[in-house]
Amino acid sequence: MDRNRLHNQVASMRRSLFDQLEELQDDTNPNFVQEVVTLFYNDSTRLIQNIEQALNSRPIDFCKLDDYMHQFKGSSSSIGAKKVTNECTAFREYCNAENAEGCIRSFQQVKQEHAILKRKLEVYLQTVRQASQTA
Amino acid sequence: MGLKLQQSHHHQSVAVKGNEQMGTKRGYTFIQSNRDWLPKLILLWVMVMGFISTWIYKKMDADNNVRREEVLSSMCDQRARMLQDQFSVSVNHVHALALLVATFHYYKNPSAIDQETFAEYTARAAFERPLLSGVAYAETVVHSGREKFEKQHGWTIKTMQREPSRLRDEYAPVIFSQETISYIESLDMMSGEEDRENIVRARATGKAVLTSPFRLLGSHHLGVVLTFPVYKSKLPPKPTMEERIVATAGYLGGAIDVESLVENLLGQLAGNQAILVNVYDITNSSDPLVMYGHQNQDGDWAVVHESKLDFGDPFRKHQMICRYHQKAPTSWTALTNVFLFFVICLLVGYILYGAVIHIVKVEDDFREMQELKVRAEAADVAKSQFLGTVSHEIRTPMNGMLALLLDTDLSSTQRGYAQTAQVCGKALITLINEVIDRAKIEAGKLELETVPFNIRSIFDNVLSLFSEKSRNKGVEVSRDKTNRKPSLAVFVSDKVPEMVMGDLGRFRQIITNLVGNSVKFTERGHIFVKVHLAESTQPVADTKVETCLNGGSDEGLLISSACQFKTGYEAADERNSWDSFRHLVVDEELRYDAPINTIDEASRGFTLMVSVEDTGIGIPLIVQDRVFTPFMQADSSTSRNYGGTGIGLSITKCLVELMGGHISFISRPQVGSTFSFTTVFKRCNKASYNDTKKSIVELPSGFKGLKAIVVDGKPGKQNGHLFKLPKVILLAKNITNVELEKAKAAGFADTVIMKPMRASMAVACLQQVLGIGKKRQAGKDMLNGSPVLQGLLCGKKILVVDDNMAHQRVFAGALKKFGAAVECRESGKAALKLLQLPCCFYACFMDIQMPEMDGFEATHPIRMMESKANEQMNGGMDEDSGRKGEWHVPILAMTADVIHATYDAGLKCRMDGCVEAL
Repeated sequence: MDRNRLHNQVASMRRSLFDQLEELQDDTNPNFVQEVVTLFYNDSTRLIQNIEQALNSRPIDFCKLDDYMHQFKGSSSSIGAKKVTNECTAFREYCNAENAEGCIRSFQQVKQEHAILKRKLEVYLQTVRQASQTA
Repeated sequence: MGLKLQQSHHHQSVAVKGNEQMGTKRGYTFIQSNRDWLPKLILLWVMVMGFISTWIYKKMDADNNVRREEVLSSMCDQRARMLQDQFSVSVNHVHALALLVATFHYYKNPSAIDQETFAEYTARAAFERPLLSGVAYAETVVHSGREKFEKQHGWTIKTMQREPSRLRDEYAPVIFSQETISYIESLDMMSGEEDRENIVRARATGKAVLTSPFRLLGSHHLGVVLTFPVYKSKLPPKPTMEERIVATAGYLGGAIDVESLVENLLGQLAGNQAILVNVYDITNSSDPLVMYGHQNQDGDWAVVHESKLDFGDPFRKHQMICRYHQKAPTSWTALTNVFLFFVICLLVGYILYGAVIHIVKVEDDFREMQELKVRAEAADVAKSQFLGTVSHEIRTPMNGMLALLLDTDLSSTQRGYAQTAQVCGKALITLINEVIDRAKIEAGKLELETVPFNIRSIFDNVLSLFSEKSRNKGVEVSRDKTNRKPSLAVFVSDKVPEMVMGDLGRFRQIITNLVGNSVKFTERGHIFVKVHLAESTQPVADTKVETCLNGGSDEGLLISSACQFKTGYEAADERNSWDSFRHLVVDEELRYDAPINTIDEASRGFTLMVSVEDTGIGIPLIVQDRVFTPFMQADSSTSRNYGGTGIGLSITKCLVELMGGHISFISRPQVGSTFSFTTVFKRCNKASYNDTKKSIVELPSGFKGLKAIVVDGKPGKQNGHLFKLPKVILLAKNITNVELEKAKAAGFADTVIMKPMRASMAVACLQQVLGIGKKRQAGKDMLNGSPVLQGLLCGKKILVVDDNMAHQRVFAGALKKFGAAVECRESGKAALKLLQLPCCFYACFMDIQMPEMDGFEATHPIRMMESKANEQMNGGMDEDSGRKGEWHVPILAMTADVIHATYDAGLKCRMDGCVEAL
């Protein structure tokens, strides 16, 4: 009973979180979503640190910033995090304009969206883990 | 087709214009333009008719009068003639008397006559002279002989005044007289003025002479005195006046009572009362003397007739004047006739006036109606346009809504609701699309495109679409254990070319509509779609033309023939029923080796005939004639039971007609309906055929020659063949996973095909079982339903190069989904190692932005390497095969920002394309 409930919860969460990602997960690749999420999680944490460093250093290396943000955007778009991706695009626009102020402001937005996503993902991963444990 | 429609639309508008022109022309007819004159015209008509009537009356009256005059004149003449005759008779008698006196008094000596004799004779002969009151004879006595005469007679000659006569040259005393007038004996006739004149004229002429009229002595009647001379001796043959005077012996006279004479005469004649007769002596023309009649008597002086009278006296002239007693009576006949004529004319005028007024009114009404019609048509067009516009306006935001509906994070309940909303929204959009289609068709704006497509795959798709629906339906129905779900089947004739040119979307829409309808209304039995060529040279009913069959032909399983055809239910149109189909099959098998006419004309159009047969509820007879009317369903309960708006069939009809075909149906209530339609397609020429062939899922012809045995509980589908190696494929309608496992464990089946069997599915399944293709699961839904990609990527090795791990994993996952074997590398360098020749990768997806070596840099050495290898190979093994052996791995760039520069840069590095990564 409990297990069924958990499974259902996982499934509905997955549905609400991912648009197409879950369709890629099948019997041959049962932990696909989890794997991808973890990858994103690690990637993004590292990249945010890098960007923060780049923003604090003077003078700001916009080229490098753009590079980091490109990667960040790629990662987030691959898991379908649309809001984060949108913020990334905004950031890169400021970056191209070499607008440090705008960059910092939009980076705050990126981080905020990322944090929200991260929280959701954490809950999701936890539930998944619980589900697999009960199984 | 679009053009044709436009043309017809144009014609229509022209026709409308023509109508309008005609209308305006009609508006200015003679009657219409002179309508204000109508009352005046009718007045004029009445007046003219009045005049004509009056004229006719006058004419008739004049005719009457003429007739009256004629009658009068004839009557008058008759009277005059009779009077004259009577008078001359009297004169003749006097003449006879004169001769008597001459003979017996003068020629005899002594005289044989005396007063007594004369009196007696005249009295006895008086009946002969009814008009003469009396006659007397006076003898001429000269003055010298007077005494002797007086002595001889014993009396003296007296004058009229009865006095002794004075001395005169000559005397004419009366010696003989009739007794009635004996009082004039011895009176001298010469003493009276009148008589003297008479005597003188009489002896001069020797004829009877008359006096002018005077009142007779005895009676008070008007009369004349007639005097006749008597001669002593016989006269010479032509005596002169002197000789006559000398010879004169005496005078015989008589008084004629003219009044009595005329009265007697008139009394003898008919019509006496009608006319008044006057007789005048007009010797003195200035003073006519009345002989008969009253001068002052009333009478009609308008019509007078004068007749001449000749009483034999050359010195006197008489005339008779006749006139009517009364005025001419009013001619009632003429009056009645004229009155009737006038009334008739009046009526005719009124009828004409009424007719004209009616025409005017009708024409007015007609114009008004035409105006209203134009307005109504305009309103109709406006309504259609409005419907179309509004539908369009609804569709756009609706699409947005539906797209966004499931975009956000929702709780499961919300998501459930939202999904329901989306389903409803999609249904709504389908309806709106139908309405827009309808509006487009009405406006003539629907244009057909011409693209090459595969007819069989269309049917395959449509069938798969509805198999789901019909399966669901079947499940529902089977709960009550009474009915079975309907089975779906398609049969496509072999003669139908694989690729045709036409409007794929619309054709699909037609098929979908018809099959959808059938599925909707069919609870049991079957739905059978048959497609074949309608050859114009031979009638459709000729079965030999239609012969072809799925089982025996190359593309044996191309036809998605589902389960049992023969479901034991009768179809509406027997021609299409399974029995005749089986005959076709057998026929085809017998004649399989016979050469089949192939039609080479690639570009020629041909007519495809499609019939959709079902065993549903059928269409009630009374509504069969309005099946194609928009928004018309069999009855209102239909939409309650089955849903839908009833617009589908009318759109279908329009589309079919646009495509140059016809649609018809045969339906029997409670038995089923068969809709058949024809469409005209062009054959696909080779070039476009090759272009598109890649994008179509190919149904391999590897099954040629294989035989299959089909085992089915229902009769009719067992015309089977033998397997080379027995591989069992289980056909099932609904099967649970548990059952599947069970079946597999029992070794019963290698795989399972869900019914209804579709060609593509069957192919995949057979490939799996026979090991031809890559093993994959059949019957599972494919991502995005794109069998095209599946066919393209299945079993292909693909390299994905990306430094972003998450991205790499997702992309690889997506490709694997389509059956590709995916290798992943994190950097350009690692990819280079893998791509050393000879490599076996079908394609390579490469990220542009990578540390160490980016996509462009990595591509460059690969291409160098390939071109080197190609040169070597072309030098050594040119004639190896027809295939141009060229090393070329398709490298596709992956980037998040596809701006044109990136794309161009990629092409410069000889990449093959660009993918926008998410």
